[in-house]
Amino acid sequence: MMANIPKGQSIEEKQYLVRFKADTQSHLHVLSADVCATQCPDKLCTIFCPAEVYKWEEVRMHVGYEGCHECGSCRIGCPYENIKWEYPKGGHGIIFRLG
Amino acid sequence: MAEKFDVIVVGAGPAGTACAYTLAKKGVNVLLMERGEYPGSKNVMGGVLYRKTMEDIIPGFYKEAPVERPIVEQRFMMLDKESALNFSYKGMEWAQEPYNNFTVLRAKFDQWFADKAVQEGALLLNETVALECIVENGKVVGIRTDRPDGDVYADVIVLADGVNSLLAKSLGFHKEFRPDEVALAVMEVLKLDRKIIEDRFNLEGDHGCTIEIFGDSTKGILGTAWLYTNKDSLNIGVGTMLSGLIKNKIKPYELLDYVKNHPMIRPYIQGSEQQEYLAHLIPEGGYRSMPKVVGNGVIVVGDAAQLVNAIHREGSNMAMASGVMAAETIMQAREAGDFSERMLDSYRTNLLNSFVGQDLKKYKDATHHFEKFPQYFEQYIPMMNKAASQMFTIDGTSKWTKQKKIWSELGTAKDKWKMARDLMNAWRVMK
Repeated sequence: MMANIPKGQSIEEKQYLVRFKADTQSHLHVLSADVCATQCPDKLCTIFCPAEVYKWEEVRMHVGYEGCHECGSCRIGCPYENIKWEYPKGGHGIIFRLG
Repeated sequence: MAEKFDVIVVGAGPAGTACAYTLAKKGVNVLLMERGEYPGSKNVMGGVLYRKTMEDIIPGFYKEAPVERPIVEQRFMMLDKESALNFSYKGMEWAQEPYNNFTVLRAKFDQWFADKAVQEGALLLNETVALECIVENGKVVGIRTDRPDGDVYADVIVLADGVNSLLAKSLGFHKEFRPDEVALAVMEVLKLDRKIIEDRFNLEGDHGCTIEIFGDSTKGILGTAWLYTNKDSLNIGVGTMLSGLIKNKIKPYELLDYVKNHPMIRPYIQGSEQQEYLAHLIPEGGYRSMPKVVGNGVIVVGDAAQLVNAIHREGSNMAMASGVMAAETIMQAREAGDFSERMLDSYRTNLLNSFVGQDLKKYKDATHHFEKFPQYFEQYIPMMNKAASQMFTIDGTSKWTKQKKIWSELGTAKDKWKMARDLMNAWRVMK
């Protein structure tokens, strides 16, 4: 559907524009790996997460919490309420400079 | 020993800071708590800040606040795949005081606003997460933070913790929001020379322009894209109901790239340089999604209370208004020495009677209607584009013939009835 996307606009490149101060521990937790593996064929969070934090790696969900925008979409959007979502420690996580 | 304040405000966005500022100015001992490195560091907005509510708080604020451009023109684009039907309003009354609205960059603006609250005497505590409300005997009495010895107490706690509204949820004021109650917005700030912006958008000097983009920009999902002018940058974004992204299996950043690359939009942003990429949720459930906003010792304001008018892209003004109303109620409660739910309930009634509650009520069915019936965006906008193209293309066919052709292409009599009914229904939910 989204053909002809010009160079310089991949999500990786977008994420390079953002300042993060990652905590040493994840503030996002997939509660049951089984639910992702067996009940969720579409792996919806890997689609709608605006920062591609969630990546399905054959048998498990990789959670790249370091690039999280802390929007909350995964917590609300997961059809199985399978994501435990907290704020990163104070001062950590995403740091917007502009918008 | 745990510290006690008169009031704790959780979240230094527009709602929380407006509340803290108003209270501090009246001599109240306020703690303004912010989880980010600085106020605004977690906040995103398309970019339009309405002047009126802010000026009620700080008269003439725009003379010193970091605002980008006063908006003199609001354009609307009805987008099809390779065409657009546009209309706009431009007025010079918006180019002078008192102004109507300004574009702002929130990380800058929120810092400035929070500084003003500090100047009035509020204590700003950055890098502090409010983990939970401390409840004693059915009354919220404090906040547990993630700092060592992190319990702080107050007579009243104001929850201005934003769209995720975790604290009000933990108090049972609302359930988890549904994907059709929130919109996911993604945006980029694009650096572009000031002079190029002014030429490209037909602007004089510091004047600004906003463009709201409907239709193909969201691939039929309920939502809009926008393109706003800052001083020397543009904000381009797209916001759609989270439920729509899920249903259509669309990646939000790919949708943004689709918008940026659309032939009707591409020329506006050509030659610009990406500065920042941002994602945030917008509470768009409206009136029906408003949680309980008052409890014993606690008040909920701003996005945390779902105070957004999505149809008119208003949110920060409603947030500020709610913050001020909360402050006014708290002043009365202090006089009475009573911080019970019954005492604080005047905040709720004032809110519902104000433009905030009235506008939410006016559009209470709008979002749900357009979400349920996607044909407005999917069919009617392309139809309008096609009709315009046919009428304005001179090809030797008479206008009568063209009109007949357009009319017949609207479909069968049954289709036309359906359309007429849709128009009526749209009017009904918007009136």
